[in-house]
Amino acid sequence: MNLTLPNRRDSIKTLAALGAAAASPLSFAQKAITVGVIYVGARDDFGYNQAHAEAAAMLKSMPGVKLVEEENVPETAAVQRSMSGMVAQDGAELLFPTSFGYFSPHVQTVAKKFPNARFAHCGGLWTDKDPKNSGSFFGYIDECQYLNGVIAGHMSKSKKIGFIAAKPIPQVLRNINAFTMGARSVDPSITTNVIFTGDWSMPVREAEATNSMADQGVDVFTMHVDGPKVIVETAAKRGKMVCGYHASQAKLAPNAYLTGAEWNWITAYTEFLTAARTGKPHPNFVRGGLKEGFVKTSPYGSMVTEAAKKQADGVKAQMVAGSFDIFKGPLKDNKGATLIPAGKAFKQTDLELEKMNYLVEGVKGSV
Amino acid sequence: MTGNEPDPMRSFFLPIGAIAVALLLFGLIVSFAGVNPVEVWVLLFMGAFGDAFSWQNTLQRSAPLMLTALCVALPARAGLIVIGGEGALVLGGLACAAAAQLPLLPTSLIGTVVVCAAGAAAGALWISLAGALRQYQGVNETISSLLLAYVAIGLFNHLVEGPLRDPSSLNKPSTLPLDDGLLISTLGGFDVHWGFVIGVIACLAAGLWLRLTPSGFAVRVVGGNPRAAQLVGLPATRLVLLACALGGAAAGLAGAIEVAAVHTNANAALIAGYGYTGILVAFMARHNPLAVIPVAILFGGFDAAGSLLQRRLGLPDASVLLLQGIAFVLILASEALRDTDWKAVFSQLTRLRHTAPRTQGDRP
Repeated sequence: MNLTLPNRRDSIKTLAALGAAAASPLSFAQKAITVGVIYVGARDDFGYNQAHAEAAAMLKSMPGVKLVEEENVPETAAVQRSMSGMVAQDGAELLFPTSFGYFSPHVQTVAKKFPNARFAHCGGLWTDKDPKNSGSFFGYIDECQYLNGVIAGHMSKSKKIGFIAAKPIPQVLRNINAFTMGARSVDPSITTNVIFTGDWSMPVREAEATNSMADQGVDVFTMHVDGPKVIVETAAKRGKMVCGYHASQAKLAPNAYLTGAEWNWITAYTEFLTAARTGKPHPNFVRGGLKEGFVKTSPYGSMVTEAAKKQADGVKAQMVAGSFDIFKGPLKDNKGATLIPAGKAFKQTDLELEKMNYLVEGVKGSV
Repeated sequence: MTGNEPDPMRSFFLPIGAIAVALLLFGLIVSFAGVNPVEVWVLLFMGAFGDAFSWQNTLQRSAPLMLTALCVALPARAGLIVIGGEGALVLGGLACAAAAQLPLLPTSLIGTVVVCAAGAAAGALWISLAGALRQYQGVNETISSLLLAYVAIGLFNHLVEGPLRDPSSLNKPSTLPLDDGLLISTLGGFDVHWGFVIGVIACLAAGLWLRLTPSGFAVRVVGGNPRAAQLVGLPATRLVLLACALGGAAAGLAGAIEVAAVHTNANAALIAGYGYTGILVAFMARHNPLAVIPVAILFGGFDAAGSLLQRRLGLPDASVLLLQGIAFVLILASEALRDTDWKAVFSQLTRLRHTAPRTQGDRP
C-alpha cells in the first residue's frame, strides 16, 4: 500500500520486531506465539470442554504463549468466523478448534484461507486430501473406559451397570464396548444397559435416563455425553456409584465417584505447539492412549476395594507397556454373531476400530 | 392497524435510545466485574463495525437471521404469532440436501435454484400446516408452530441418521454432500456469501409486497381486524395461509442456504437456533420487513462483537447474551413511550422548573 511513507504504526512494528530480534540470541526462550482455543460449550462444564480448557490453561502459563479463547461457538459459519477472527484480529498462529463438528467443512475451509496458520482439530480423521496446515488429534480413551469397567465390575452388587450415551457413533460405541468388556473381565455375568439420549447435551434426558436405569437396578454408571455433571449428581442422589468421563467429576459426588476416564490434552497440545514454535512441519495425524499420556484415570475413590484397584492397576500397567489389546478375538456382538475370530487382535491405532458400528456381548441395547 | 403510520423519527430514535441505554447498563455491569467499560464499548464497536473484517463478520452472521425473522414477521402481519421458524429452517435444509441427490439435476445455477426452491417449499408447507391448524381446527398457532419445530427436528435427525445418511459420515451423521457445482459461493472478493444478498432482497420484496400490492394490503387488513376483513369479502383463511407459506418459505430458504453455502450437507449442526433468534429480530423490527434488515445486522454485530469480547477480555459468552437480553427488553419497553406526547412532557418539565404554573406559556 504505502511503500514510501512509513506511518507511525509501521515504525512501531519495526521497532518491536527489532526488539524481538535483539532479544532472541540472548535468551533461550522460544518465539512468542498466540494460540487460539475454541469450545463448543462452556469452559466449566465438568466435561468435554473443561478437559480442553484445563489444557489451554496450562498452555497459557507457558512463557511466550498468549492464549485467546472463545466458548459456546456453534458448529456453523460462526466457528469459521471465530477461527478467521483469531488469525486476522488476534494474530493467532496455532488454533485448537476442539469440537468434532468443527472439522468438516469449517476447519477445511478456513485452513485453506490462512495457509500460514496451523489448525489442530480434536477428533477428526485427517486424510491427505485435507489441507497440510490442518491436522487432527484424539486419544484412545476406551482404554480408560475399560479400566472404569474393571472397577465397576468389582463394585457392582446388582451385576447391572449403566452407560448413558449421546449418539450411536463409532467413538461412543467403542467406549460402551470397552466399559462392558472391562466389567465382564471381572465377572462374565455382568450386563450393561445403554440409553442413547440423541444429542451431546441433553441434561433433562440424561437425568431421566439415570433415574430409569437406577429403577431397573443399575448400580454403577458411566457415560459419554458432553457434560457428565447431571448424570453424576443424579446417580449420587440415588445412592448409586459412578465412573466419570472427560474430566474429573469427583468434586461433585466424592462419595459416589469410583474413578474416571479423563483426557490429558496437554500432551497433544504441547506436540503441536512445539512444532509451531520450532518451525517443524505441522503434525497431521496425532493419536495416543495411556502409554503416550493422552488420557489418564481419575484417582480412586475411598470406597474402591483393594482387589479392584489391584486388577485395574495390573491391566493399566499392561496397557502402558503396550501389551494389552482391548478388541481381540474371540469377540461376539450382542446378537451372537462373531466380530473378531479367535487369535486376531486389533491394535489401538487400527483405523478399523474408528469405524465401529456394533455393541459387544453383554450390552443390552441396539445401535 | 389503526391506520396511523408510525412516526419515522420515533421508529428510529426510540430503538437507538434503547440500545444506548442498554450499552450504558452493560458497561455498568461489566465494571462491577472489574472490566473497564470504555474498553468494552470500544471492543464491541470494533468487533461489529470497526473495519472491513468486522463488517464482513457481522454481515455473514446476519444472513440467516433476516430470513428466519421474516418467518415471524409475515405471519404476524396477518395476525399470527408463529415461533416455529426453526422447524421450517431444518426441514428446508434437509429438503435442499435431499433434492441435491435427484438424478438429472444440472450442477449449475439452475440446480442451485432448484435445491433452494425445494428448501423454501418444505418450509412453506411446514408453517402453512400451523396456519391451517389454526384456521380449520382452532389450534393456537404459537403453540402448534413451536411443537411442530420439535417434530421437524425429530424428523430431521431420524432421516439424517437413517435413510439419508452418507455411510462414510462416521462420527457426525450427515447426508451426502452437495455437488460442488450446486454450492453457493461468496460475493466476489468478500468473505460474505450470497445468502446475505438473498436475505436483503427477500426483506425488500416482503416489505414492498405488504405496502404496494393488493394482496399485501389485504393481509394487513386481516391482521388488523379479521372480522372486518371477512365482512368486506376478503378471503381471510387464504390470506393467512399465504402469509404463513411466505414466512415458512423464507425460513426454509435460510436452511437451504446454510446447507448450500456453509455446511455442504445437512447435519445436526444446522439446528443452531437461527429460527429462535429470528423471533427476537422480528419483534425488535416490529414485524416490518424493511426494519428486519438493520435489526438482523445489529444482531450479527452483537455476535461478531461477542466473539472479539471473549477473545480480548476473557469475558464469558454469557456476557453478550446479557447485553442482547437487556437491549431486547429495553427496546420492547421503549414501545410504551411511542405514544407519549413529548412536547407536553417537556413543557411540563419546563413549567416545573420555572415555577410559573399559572401562565399559559405554551407556544403555538
